[in-house]
Amino acid sequence: MRPIEDFSNGLFRENPTFRLILGMCPALAVTTAAINGLGMGLATTFVLVCSNTIISLLRKVIPEDIRIPAYIVVISSFVTVVQLVMQGFAPELYGILGIFVPLIVVNCIILARAEAFAGKYGVVRSAADGLGMGLGFTWALTLLGAVREVIGTGSLSNTYRLFLIPQFSLKIIRGFYDPALITILAPGAFITLGLMIGLMNLLTKHR
Amino acid sequence: MDIREIMIVIISAVLINNYVLQRFLGCCPYLGVSKQLETALGMGMAVTFVMAIASAFTWIVQHYILLPLDLIFLQTIAFILVIAALVQFVELVIRKSSPTLYQALGIYLPLITTNCAVLGVAVINIRAGYGFLLSLVNGTAAAIGFTLAIILMAGIRERIELSDVPPALRGVPIALITAGLLSLAFFGFAGMVK
Repeated sequence: MRPIEDFSNGLFRENPTFRLILGMCPALAVTTAAINGLGMGLATTFVLVCSNTIISLLRKVIPEDIRIPAYIVVISSFVTVVQLVMQGFAPELYGILGIFVPLIVVNCIILARAEAFAGKYGVVRSAADGLGMGLGFTWALTLLGAVREVIGTGSLSNTYRLFLIPQFSLKIIRGFYDPALITILAPGAFITLGLMIGLMNLLTKHR
Repeated sequence: MDIREIMIVIISAVLINNYVLQRFLGCCPYLGVSKQLETALGMGMAVTFVMAIASAFTWIVQHYILLPLDLIFLQTIAFILVIAALVQFVELVIRKSSPTLYQALGIYLPLITTNCAVLGVAVINIRAGYGFLLSLVNGTAAAIGFTLAIILMAGIRERIELSDVPPALRGVPIALITAGLLSLAFFGFAGMVK
C-alpha cells in the first residue's frame, strides 16, 4: 500500500520539524501555546494537501522552467482561502497567528513537498504525502506549544481537553510551581526546540 | 518626516525587534546558511539587496494597484509574485552587470524567494501603516538586522565545530540553542527606545 507508506512517512520518519528541519519560522513563532500550534498546524495541513493535489494533477501541464512560480501561485491561492476562512470563522486565532497566516506561502515544507513529491507522483500518493507531512508538522507544533506553555505558564489554556488531561491536575501543578516565563519568550522558543530535537535524536538512535 | 522617527524605525528593526531573533522571520536560511562566515556574509548581502527593493515595490503595488482597485484580498498572491519576479530580475541584472558579484551571491538568490523575512517585512510595512520612505528604511534596516544576526551566528558556529558537543545535539539542535542565547542577549536592547 504505497499511499499509506507515504502518509506515515511524514508523521515520524521524515517529520518536517524534527527530522527535515523545515518550516522553522512558524514552529518557533506561534508555539507560545499548544492551541496556537494546533491551529497553525491544521491551517498548514489544509494548504499542503490541497496544493499537493492540484500540483500533482497539473504536473504534466506545467513547463519545467517556470514550475516554481507556478507552484507559488497555486500555494498562495490556497493560503488566501485559509486567510479568509480564518478571518471569518476564527478571528481570535487569526489575531494571534497574525502575520504568520499569509506567511504560510513561504513555509519551506510546502514548496519542498511540491518540488520533491507532488511534481513527480500521482494524485493519491501526493495527497497522502501532504496529509502525512501536514499532520507530522501539526503534532510537532502542538507538542512544542504544550511544552512551552506548561513550563512557561504552568497551565494549558484550552488544550488540556485534547490530551484528556483532567483540569484539576493542572491546578495542582500551578499550586507549587513557579512558571519559568522564559520558555514562552523568544529565546525560549529556540532553546526548547533545540533541546526537543536533541531529545528526538537521542530516542531514535537506540531503535 | 523627521529624522527622529527614521532613527527609531532603524534601531527598532536592527536591534530591538531583530527580525530573526525576536520575530522569527527568516529562520530557515538563518539555520541553513550560517555554517561559514563567508557564505553568511554573502547571504546577508543578497537578502539586504532584495529586501530593500521588495519593500519599495510591494508598497507601490499595495497603494497604486491593490487599494484603488479594491483587490486587498489578493495581497498575499500579489506580493509573493512581485518578490519572485524581483528575485529573478535581480539575478539576471547581477549576472549581466557584475559576474564577480554574481559568483558571490548567485546561489543564494533563488533561496531568497522563500525567505519569509522578505514577504514578512512587506506585510509588516503595510500593517504598520508606513509611508514609502519609512517602508524602504524599515526593509533595509530589517535586512541589516538579519545580516548582523547571521554573521554573529556564523562566527559562533565556526567555533562550535571545534568543540566537543554531545552527539545528540550536534548540528541543528546546538545551533538552535546558540540562537536562543543570542536572542537572550538581544533582549538587552529592549529598553533602548521608549
